[in-house]
Amino acid sequence: MKKTGAEIMWECMVREGVDVAFGYPGGSIMPVHDAMLNYPVHHVLTRHEQGAAHMADGYARASGKVGVVLATSGPGATNLVTGIATAMMDSSPMVCITGQVHSHLIGGDAFQETDVTGITLPITKHNYLITRADEVAQVVREAFHIARSGRPGPVLIDFCKNAQIEVTEFKYSEEVSLPGYKPPKHAPVADLEKAVELIAKSERPVILAGHGVLMSGAMEELQILAVKTQTPVAMTLLGLGGLPASHELSLGMMGMHGEAYANNAIQNSDLILALGMRFDDRVTGNLRTYAPRARKIHVEIDPSEVHKNVTVDVPLVGDLKTVLTDMIPMLDEYEHETWMEQIAGWKAEAEDRSIMSWPDDGKLYTAHAIRALWNATNGDSIVATGVGQHQMWAAQYYHFELPYRLVTSGGAGTMGFGLPSAIGAWFAHKEKEVWLIDGDGSFQMTQAELSTAVQEGANVKIAIMNNNFLGMVRQWQEFFFDKRYAATPMTGPDFTKIADAHGIPARLVTKPEEVFDAFTFAQETPGPVVLEFRVEKEEAVYPMVPSGADLDDMIRRPVR
Amino acid sequence: MQHTLFALVENRPGVLNRVASLFRRRNFNIESLNVGRTETPDISRMTIVMDSKDVDVRIVEANLYKLVNVIDVQDVTNQPAVARDLALIKVKADPEHRGEITSLASIFRAKIVDVAPDSVIVEIAGTEDKIESLVELLRPIGILEMVRTGQVAMMRGTGAGVRHTPGAHGNGNGKSH
Repeated sequence: MKKTGAEIMWECMVREGVDVAFGYPGGSIMPVHDAMLNYPVHHVLTRHEQGAAHMADGYARASGKVGVVLATSGPGATNLVTGIATAMMDSSPMVCITGQVHSHLIGGDAFQETDVTGITLPITKHNYLITRADEVAQVVREAFHIARSGRPGPVLIDFCKNAQIEVTEFKYSEEVSLPGYKPPKHAPVADLEKAVELIAKSERPVILAGHGVLMSGAMEELQILAVKTQTPVAMTLLGLGGLPASHELSLGMMGMHGEAYANNAIQNSDLILALGMRFDDRVTGNLRTYAPRARKIHVEIDPSEVHKNVTVDVPLVGDLKTVLTDMIPMLDEYEHETWMEQIAGWKAEAEDRSIMSWPDDGKLYTAHAIRALWNATNGDSIVATGVGQHQMWAAQYYHFELPYRLVTSGGAGTMGFGLPSAIGAWFAHKEKEVWLIDGDGSFQMTQAELSTAVQEGANVKIAIMNNNFLGMVRQWQEFFFDKRYAATPMTGPDFTKIADAHGIPARLVTKPEEVFDAFTFAQETPGPVVLEFRVEKEEAVYPMVPSGADLDDMIRRPVR
Repeated sequence: MQHTLFALVENRPGVLNRVASLFRRRNFNIESLNVGRTETPDISRMTIVMDSKDVDVRIVEANLYKLVNVIDVQDVTNQPAVARDLALIKVKADPEHRGEITSLASIFRAKIVDVAPDSVIVEIAGTEDKIESLVELLRPIGILEMVRTGQVAMMRGTGAGVRHTPGAHGNGNGKSH
C-alpha cells in the first residue's frame, strides 16, 4: 500500500494508541497536519508550543500513556525546549514531532531551519532525523518503544518536509531492533539476598519512595513491603500518592520542604531503602552528612543513577515492581516499635507547629485554602501546579491518597507548567475533577493557554494563589538576603477580568470565610472556572532545609 | 590512574556527537577518544582513555549505556589486553642530526616515512609509554609537528573486559531468575 510519509506517521501513531495530539502548525509540518484529518486523532491547538509540550507531559503523567506533540521547524521546535527538558527531568514519556526543512536544504540556513536534533540531544532520551519516507514506520515504532519503556522520557523526531510528502510502500512491523537498548527487569538473586540481609538486621529502617513507584506501578508492592517489614515511608515530591497519605506508615514528603519528622527519620535511620528515586539535592541536602549511619539499598531502573549522588551498599538495578515482587517473598515480618515511637514523637511535635493548628486570625493563607480544596474534592481531584510556594503547599496540604493525581514539575522546576499540564491531564481523565493550583507568577507565564481551555471546553478549575510576589524567591530573600526584595514584587492583573475576557466564570476570594463557597461555585459551574485568592503576601513555606544544609538542619515554623 | 574503555556503537550518523555531547554534559574529562570501523560494517568501535582521578569510570560506563546506540562497553584496564597508539612526528633534521634520528627510530622500531631537505617524519606505533619516551628523546633535536591517533585497545584471546554496570545487558547481566 503506497502512502505519503505523513500518512505513514499517523498510521503508526494510531497503532501506538494515539488519539490526541497537542501542537501548533507551520510551514514545515503542514503535510503532517493535513494528513491528520484522515485519522481518528483530536488535535489540540495551543497558543504557544511550550504549552503543547507541557500539555502532552500532563497528559502522559495523568494517563500513563505517551503524550504527543507537533510543532513546526525553527522557532516552533525551539519553543518546545523547556517542555522537553521538563519531561526529561521527570522521566515523562513523550514523542515530539517537529517539522524540518527539505533534507537537501539542511545545513544551508534555510528559512526556519534550526539544528533541532542538535539542540535537543541532551534533553531527550533519544532523537531522530527522518530524511526519507521509508524510514518513518520504523522510527515511529522505536520512538514510542523508547519513550515508554525502561526509564521513560521524551523522544523527538525531526521530520524533513520532503519525507512527509514522499510516497512509499507502507510496511508496518511491531518489532524493534535496538541492540543497544535493553532495559533491565530483574535484579540478580545474589544482590536481593544481600538486601534482605540488611533489612533483617535493621532496627531503624526508612523507605524512600520516588516517582519510580508510580512509573512502574508498584504501589501495591510498596505497601506490602512497608507493612511486612513495618518500615515507614517518606516520599519525594513526584512520589506522592505512591503510598496513601493517610497510611499509618506514611511520613509524607521528604526533603527541602518535607515534613520535619520525615527528614529526622532519614537522618537517624540505620537503613535506607531507596525505591525509584535519584537522591536529588532537594531531597538530600548536604551529601556529606546525609543519613550518616544508614546502610543503603537502591532499587533503580537506570544504572547511571546508582552511586551518582549517594554511594550505596546494595544497588538493585531493575524494574521496581519486578524487583519488589521478587524480594517480598524472601523477607520475614519485622517490628520496629522503639523506632516507630521515636518517629511518633517527632510527628506530634510537628503537628503542634503546623499552620493547620492555628486559630482563624481572619487572614487568608494558601495552606488553608489548599486544605479546604482537599475537603471540597474529597481528596480525589487531579491537582496540577506551577512552581514555587503554592506548589510546596499543595504537596504538603493536599494529602494525596492516590497515585497519578499530582501533576507537577519536580526536577526541572518549570514555572508555567501548571495551566497547560492541567489541560493535558483533563484530556487523560475527562471524568475526573481537575484542579490547577497556581501562583500569580507561574500562571502568567503560560496564561495564554486559557483560550485553549475555552476552545477545547476543558473542565479545568483554576485556583490562583495571588500574593503579588514571586513568593519562593521572596522567601529566600527574607531568609538569606536580608529581606532585600530584588525583582520579586509583582503587580498582577485582575485575574477575574482576564478570565472574563475569555468568557470564563470567575470569583475573587479575599477572606477565609469565602473560600468554601468559591470552591462550590467552581464545582457547580461547568467548564473552566478561575478563582483568584488574594493570600497573605509574606508567608513562608516551612519547614525549610536551606540549600546545601544538613537535612535535619531545618528552619521551622515559629510556634504561635 | 589511566583507564581504557572501549565501546561498540551502532555505525550511524551522529553517534560520535552523542558520545561527545554526553561527556561534555556530564563534565567527564577524557584524555583520548578514538573511533573506527570494525569487522562488522554496522558497528563502530570507540576507545576512550580517561584518568580515574578525574572521573569515576563506572559512572562513565553507565552513562554510555543510556545512549540507545551504544551496544557494549568494556573496561580493559589491568586486563590482558593489547593497547596501541600511533604517532607521526616531524623532526627538524639538518644533515648532522639525521643519523641520530635514524638510530633512535631503529631502537624504538619506528620508521622514517618521509625525508625532506630539513626534516623527517617518524612513524611509531606502540604503547603510550613507548611513544612518550621517543618523543622526549626527539624533543631536544626539535619537534616541528606531531599528531597521535589516541589509544586503541583489544583483549587478548577470547576474554572480555570488565563490565561494571549492573543491569546494562537486560535482565541483570543474565545472572538473574
